[in-house]
Amino acid sequence: MFTARSLVNRIVRTQAFRTCTITKVSRTFVTATRKCQNQEKVEFPGAPRSYFTEKLEFIHSIDAIPTYRVMDKEGKVLVPEEEPNITEEFATKIYKDMVTLNTMDLILYEAQRQGRISFYMTNYGEEAIISCGAALDPSDVIFGQYREAGILLYRGFTLDEFMNQCYSNEKDHGKGRQMPVHYGSKSLNFQTISSPLATQIPHASGAAYALKRTGKKNCVMCFFGDGAASEGDFHAALNFAATMQCPVIFFCRNNGYAISTPALEQYKGDGIASRGIGYGIDTIRVDGNDVWAVYNVTKAARQLAVDEHRPVLIEALTYRVGHHSTSDDSSAYRSKKEVETWMRYDNPITRFRKWLHNKGWWNDEKEANYRVDIRKEILKSFSKAEKIHKPSLTELFSDVYDKPTPNLIAQQKELREIIQKYPANYPLADFKNGGEDL
Amino acid sequence: MSSFRAATRPFIANCWKINSNRVYIKAFSSVRNFPFGVCRESSPAPAEGFMPGLARSKLLKHTHEEALKNPELVDTGVVGGETKKMNFLQGVNDAMCITLATDETAVVFGEDVSFGGVFRCTLGLAEMFGKDRVFNTPLSEQGIVGFGIGMASVGHTAIAEIQFADYIFPAFDQLVNEAAKYRYRSGNEFSIGGLTVRSPSSAVGHGAHYHSQMPEAYFAHTPGLKVVIPRSPIQAKGLLLASIKDPNPVIFFEPKILYRAAGNYEYNGGYSDNRGPLIKIEQVPTGDYELPLGKAEVLKRGKDVTVVGYGSQIYTLEIAIQMAEKHIPGLSCELIDLRTILPWDVDTVAKSVDKTGRLVIAHEAPKTAGFGAEIAASVMERCFLRLESPIQRVCGWDTPFPLVFEKFYLPDVTRCFEAIKKAAEY
Repeated sequence: MFTARSLVNRIVRTQAFRTCTITKVSRTFVTATRKCQNQEKVEFPGAPRSYFTEKLEFIHSIDAIPTYRVMDKEGKVLVPEEEPNITEEFATKIYKDMVTLNTMDLILYEAQRQGRISFYMTNYGEEAIISCGAALDPSDVIFGQYREAGILLYRGFTLDEFMNQCYSNEKDHGKGRQMPVHYGSKSLNFQTISSPLATQIPHASGAAYALKRTGKKNCVMCFFGDGAASEGDFHAALNFAATMQCPVIFFCRNNGYAISTPALEQYKGDGIASRGIGYGIDTIRVDGNDVWAVYNVTKAARQLAVDEHRPVLIEALTYRVGHHSTSDDSSAYRSKKEVETWMRYDNPITRFRKWLHNKGWWNDEKEANYRVDIRKEILKSFSKAEKIHKPSLTELFSDVYDKPTPNLIAQQKELREIIQKYPANYPLADFKNGGEDL
Repeated sequence: MSSFRAATRPFIANCWKINSNRVYIKAFSSVRNFPFGVCRESSPAPAEGFMPGLARSKLLKHTHEEALKNPELVDTGVVGGETKKMNFLQGVNDAMCITLATDETAVVFGEDVSFGGVFRCTLGLAEMFGKDRVFNTPLSEQGIVGFGIGMASVGHTAIAEIQFADYIFPAFDQLVNEAAKYRYRSGNEFSIGGLTVRSPSSAVGHGAHYHSQMPEAYFAHTPGLKVVIPRSPIQAKGLLLASIKDPNPVIFFEPKILYRAAGNYEYNGGYSDNRGPLIKIEQVPTGDYELPLGKAEVLKRGKDVTVVGYGSQIYTLEIAIQMAEKHIPGLSCELIDLRTILPWDVDTVAKSVDKTGRLVIAHEAPKTAGFGAEIAASVMERCFLRLESPIQRVCGWDTPFPLVFEKFYLPDVTRCFEAIKKAAEY
């Protein structure tokens, strides 16, 4: 059997390892030796901290990973030092965005029910992640899954922009091509949402590596759910981030359900957080309904990522109060009582509101006024978006590549001729210029 | 898998809702304005892509007698038996139910399968056969297919569900490099014939990029796989049972717009109007029967133009043919449902084209390197001297599947009609 040293030597001889890898191996090796003074170390470079034991024992679990919080359910800060040092304006901006998101969800959910938009997904119960937006730098890059509208809102995506996307009208950044809630904004550094799950997680690692190479003091933050963390992409992404030392924050919104599948049918380990440790990634679990806890961990994670190029995994525990989407009826797999109990037990908006009240920065009057005003504003935006035409028919064929290819040019012509011949068979009036520009 | 993988009952219901509230009304008026007055009474909304014509399709077997008249059922033992009204998803469900009841090794699994699946195809099966045989998996398509391959590798029957065909791609490696080559690479020592992968596919009206795709061509390029796409409840049940029992891995795409579209009267709400009663469902034999894989079915005999399609596209072609035959007096078209994409029935198609000399192929997937290209090439090889006109392909454009442009993207009745006309008048 070869020893670790001989293996390293062999690797050195064959020059298969880059210098940095060897340095890392030997450094860790020394650390491990120091830690295991009383036990004989295993000289294997792939498990540098291991030591020999003569006891046959399977490891079933490690200690439960604790859940960091700042406030209790009543919005009371438990350890005063943990309360972030922020201004009234900063705090109320987060709260107002939470209420705005909630109000927008109510209106757009109902709009889908009335058949005015084709699809929607609410953020009910998960509004606290807005504070991630507050903890980041605006030029940090975000890869979302689909329930992160709040962060986009915090960054300045306007109500009109939300409505235009949901109405697939000509002002939608995505030119009406994707389903509602597939937002994206280049100027706000928020990559466009795509429906497949977990595909964005390795993208985040790659983007983070690229950012690191530029030398900018920025990181990438990537969101996904407890279900998506079962996909292969999740595992690849964490392993890549760890081995390439990418400045990326992985944020798992563990909301208890992947459509109908409860978290406990999704995995058997200690949540998603336990996996981060397996990949050698700094990991923390947080109360996902606690705005300040989410804010603090994101801020600390950002520091690790940006200053030390260390990827971080945050697992936020929350609860999906709404149906998965407008295509789902969750009463088929969970009781209404369960949802009601959860809502009574804890809600990020009410918890944060209590904190603001205690602080004297918010009151019932402000609440009532803000809710009325924002509802009006959203409805105004909503009606405006509804009246805007669908995009130009030419957008059906554009952007497949940077420039139209011969097959697409020919197909566009073919469609134009069909429409000219049978205009009554197509809903041309809904589209920009009545489809004339095709 | 999706963000929006959840397409449960309301998914389809919403499709009808939107359809009936707004778009459908427009579509109906466009029917009235259709340039061919003749089709006013007989063709419902053409440009919609919401399964025009399904409600009145002559291809569905509405009576016990019609259902059992099918010559393919003669040797199956169900001819003297009962039939029951079923919609498409009930046919799929019934096939799995029969398999679970008759094959002790059979299991059904996938994301959200336990409570019935987001489309309700597995409804009641977990209660009936136990949670160890009908179960939820973690959210990983490569895991689902790999797990199924493993079960099949030791001789069990694995019926896996990929929630949307759009999400099958993480399992591409398992399907293409593992499932397809398992037998060949082991010199026939091992095989995984017990694997069947079901997946809802195709356009649904509002699915956009990731809830609409029809990825049959990717898999048609993979020797060792079989690819099946049924068009109706009777077909779905018989072909699924055949796929499960077939000693090769089969991918079974279920056009999701068909699940309930022909099904429940209440669902369709505004769809019931003065165009006569809605045909709900097919009479499906209740027994255990198989329909042949690798065999196309000639749905309508004709002498002038051969029209080939599969899945939900068949109903669009049915109307397009009705329109063409009314528009061009004396024209008669032959409609062929391919049913199995791999291995596909070249003989039936070539025999038909030898007779008609004209071929129109339609599918939803993009045109370039779509399965229509394979059909066209094979027919050209076999029927070159018999061809009277260029082979017409009516397909999705070479773009991703676009939400707001769906009506302009799909090979709709208008485009299929135009292609038939072009082939006939060449």
